[in-house]
Amino acid sequence: MSVLCVRGPLRKLVGGRGEHELEGATVVELLRALEHGHPDVIGWILDERGLIRRHLNVFVNGERAGEATAVRSRDRVEVVAAITGG
Amino acid sequence: MTELVVGTKKGLFLLDGAQGLGFEIKARAFAGQPVDFATREPRSGRLFATVTSPFYGPKIFYTDGDPGSDWEQADGVALPEGGDQALERIWVIACGEAAGTMYAGGDPGVLFESHDGGRSWEINAGLWQQPSRSQWQPGGGGLCLHSICTWPGDPDKLAVAVSAAGMWLTEDGGRTWRRGNAGLNPGYLPEEVLKDENAGRCVHHIERAPRQPERLFMQFHGGVYRSNDAGESWTDIGGGGLPSDFGFPLMVDPADPDSAYVIPLVADMDRVTPDGRVRVYETRDGGESWTARGAGLPAEHAYLTVLRQAFSRAGEGEHLELYFGATSGEVFGSGDAGGTWSTVATRLPPVFSVVAV
Repeated sequence: MSVLCVRGPLRKLVGGRGEHELEGATVVELLRALEHGHPDVIGWILDERGLIRRHLNVFVNGERAGEATAVRSRDRVEVVAAITGG
Repeated sequence: MTELVVGTKKGLFLLDGAQGLGFEIKARAFAGQPVDFATREPRSGRLFATVTSPFYGPKIFYTDGDPGSDWEQADGVALPEGGDQALERIWVIACGEAAGTMYAGGDPGVLFESHDGGRSWEINAGLWQQPSRSQWQPGGGGLCLHSICTWPGDPDKLAVAVSAAGMWLTEDGGRTWRRGNAGLNPGYLPEEVLKDENAGRCVHHIERAPRQPERLFMQFHGGVYRSNDAGESWTDIGGGGLPSDFGFPLMVDPADPDSAYVIPLVADMDRVTPDGRVRVYETRDGGESWTARGAGLPAEHAYLTVLRQAFSRAGEGEHLELYFGATSGEVFGSGDAGGTWSTVATRLPPVFSVVAV
């Protein structure tokens, strides 16, 4: 099991919890597992193409990651909104 | 009393008031987030907002309760999964003729429909599966489906406009669609590509005259047009006194099929009000002539941009109220069909949309 961490408005969509223990071999598999347990978050992190939205960043153990980045047991995966605005 | 539902770059604002008495902000929602369009469905009173979070993507939210807090996300506002495109933005929501039916238009050239009053939506397959879709060209704002005109009393007839994929018409409730671009002259295209019906027809906004539904008015990328045959063909009506052929919003007086109002901008390369003056141009003869209506509007050093969804109306005839907002954060209103104007709000964030209820 890996730990997927979300913050901000995403927390409200996933039962109010910031950390979720999930099974998955890649980042996108973990995100799909999160969606499976919490359908309200569908479309918020991954778009229809299965891509991480452009202004969200995902880190695995502190390293920038993409959809296909491999995830191992006890890895910590963080979803963080980019510093952007205007 | 009139309610103004104002979508801005930094949230939704609800204003209440009346011409002559002034308007007050009574609520703000989605603080800090772009609200591209917002409206109140007149039959149910339900409030809708389309929000394109830069982080979390475009969504439609609705509320029957406190607009300051009680919003729910509508279901189904997404493209089919597994494709090579993602929904970029919802540009407009329109009330359908059948009870509970609503439409939403978005980028990339997509129409959604709801049959439960806006709680859930599904993509209109007929338009989504148009064989020519792969050749549709986006305008500067994206491939946006921004105008949806229903036909009073006939839920099967719709006209929608896509920038820059032009006009699309259906008479079978959206199962099949055909183009309606005859007569449009995209002067920005080389002559040799005009015969290519997929070359960009950059429609900026369309409105239907409710009392004469065959009649439509269009603000085009270059020119103002009128159709007398339900959008099959178009006649340029911009020659009779408009200061430019460019602009975005357009409005009509429901009581008068010969009426239309536009807010011209200088040109596509200079999208501000001409001569530093803010003026609304009115026709009461179907576009044969246009008259500037600017009494009470900024008349000096005013270089405003008014976007396509930022012009609205309430009432009709002598009691027609008109309202428009600018990216400068000002909202202006008229209670006498454009004869005189006043400033309704100032120092809002850039105004994306205005709907008067």
